[in-house]
Amino acid sequence: MGLTTDPAPPGPLLAPPGTQPPPPTEDPAELRVVPVRHYGRWAAAAAVAVLVAQFVHGLVTNPVWEWHVFADYVLSETIVQAVLVTLQLTAYATVLGFLLGTVLAFMRLSRNPVLQTVAWSYVWVFRSIPMIVQLVFWFNLGALYRELGVGIPFGPVFWSVDSNSLIGTIGAALIGLSLHQAAYAAEIVRGGVLSVDHGQLEAAAALGIPRLRQIRRIVLPQAMRAILPTAGNEIIGLLKGTSVVYVMAIGELFYQVQVVYGRTGRVIPMLMVATAWYVLLTTVLSVAQFYVERRYARGADRTPPPTPLQRLRRLAAAQPVPPPVPRPLKEQP
Amino acid sequence: MSEDQAMVDIRGVHKSFGALEVLRGVDLRLRPGEVTAILGPSGSGKSTLLRTINHLEKVDRGWISIDGELIGYRSVRGRLYELKEKAVLRQRTHIGFVFQDFNLFPHLTVLENLVEAPVSALRRPRAEAQATARRLLERVGLADKAGAYPRQLSGGQQQRVAIARALALEPKVLLFDEPTSALDPELVGEVLDVIKDLARTGTTMIVVTHEIGFAREVADTVVFMDGGVVVEQGPPSAVLDDPSHPRTRAFLAKVL
Repeated sequence: MGLTTDPAPPGPLLAPPGTQPPPPTEDPAELRVVPVRHYGRWAAAAAVAVLVAQFVHGLVTNPVWEWHVFADYVLSETIVQAVLVTLQLTAYATVLGFLLGTVLAFMRLSRNPVLQTVAWSYVWVFRSIPMIVQLVFWFNLGALYRELGVGIPFGPVFWSVDSNSLIGTIGAALIGLSLHQAAYAAEIVRGGVLSVDHGQLEAAAALGIPRLRQIRRIVLPQAMRAILPTAGNEIIGLLKGTSVVYVMAIGELFYQVQVVYGRTGRVIPMLMVATAWYVLLTTVLSVAQFYVERRYARGADRTPPPTPLQRLRRLAAAQPVPPPVPRPLKEQP
Repeated sequence: MSEDQAMVDIRGVHKSFGALEVLRGVDLRLRPGEVTAILGPSGSGKSTLLRTINHLEKVDRGWISIDGELIGYRSVRGRLYELKEKAVLRQRTHIGFVFQDFNLFPHLTVLENLVEAPVSALRRPRAEAQATARRLLERVGLADKAGAYPRQLSGGQQQRVAIARALALEPKVLLFDEPTSALDPELVGEVLDVIKDLARTGTTMIVVTHEIGFAREVADTVVFMDGGVVVEQGPPSAVLDDPSHPRTRAFLAKVL
């Protein structure tokens, strides 16, 4: 994108006073149009460029960054292991959170007042508790319920197990993250379902399509358009949110980084190690989000926009990206 | 008209939305193969009546039956019991409904739009449903659009797809809710042509419409509704050319 834009051609009535029309003898196609020069834009761009250059210069030259320490640790086994733990926590909590969230969303949308109330209350409770407070709660579950068992409600118990050995630290972290995530996922899914045009449900009902099939085949794929951008936010938030579980001494990325700088005292480069990994993982998720969104945009546009890769290939082939196809005025029967 | 001849039988139907009584006792009987056009000013209850026929709206009083089957209810010893959603959905497969704004599924291709209900509601084999769908697309003149998405089509083409989608279930009755009201004027003709073609093949149809000329040409019976009741009904020559009721005359004077 350039720093100048072509101004809209002024209509005859908008011509500034005193402007002379071009000599009538000249061929209009030969007349060159000179765009307005935006000197202010150039000055602002230069100022910002200087600031960016200063910042990058500082990153490279300031010895406190200790880039050699960064290089030593960024791919070390401890750190890579920790990244895997972070990824696992994110993946499981995403899947569990969104599964439970979808169930809660449809409970909230159902006509059953009991289900509605329970779903609303769940969201209310779990959005109210800070994640870290909830995590410590689950960590101390053993103090609250020493044993968990299966049996008749309020009656005899057939099978029971010590709660700490059943759940464990990772389990407690996963439950905490998932339950927390489910409250937000429920609202995201509900918002997506509400965004689907009511006529779609009516058409599906008029065709006699079974209820579950209506949801799975008609409603959810269209709701995904509204769900995905926010869900992408949530998953990326969760990825970084997993760093909170360091309070439970789980060997995820942030915890391991702290262990290393606790031992070596190299705080800044180790924080950069964590930062670099979080940025990388977020980038991967963002790219994935782009392609998933594109998949669910099928049918939403007359011609889907090209992917960045397709753009690159077209550039390489020196083929200009075609302008969007205009809506045909006459139809071809 | 004798009882056993009626394909659609509407008796004493009342319907209110809150304090507003939209239908105030509607009676109509339609023979198999008959085309009925319902005319009337906006707010006269004609769309609501159409929506009660396939139970998109529940009735407050009265009943509707199609081909002898009570819609949305079960009659046991003088009482009407509401049917479960599953049973209502099954009944709807006999009643095709074409909406004013098409309501095609935008994320499915034209062919998938036509195949969805026969496969999921009637459990037809997919290959068979696809073959039927292609035949229907040919019938509405859109055989080459099977792989297109609805938004890639013009309004007239979308409505023709919607008609084909309703036909894919081989319904006993086809209901049209102002099928051309959302279309640009130059696209109205192609949709009406498809409906006329269906009328010739003896499909039982009820068309809520503002197209007086179309009603005159195609309908066997014209029904004029106002204020939630049927004011006048009869062949087009009677209702449109020689209306007996002053309200019908006033309405026709405004729209013609």
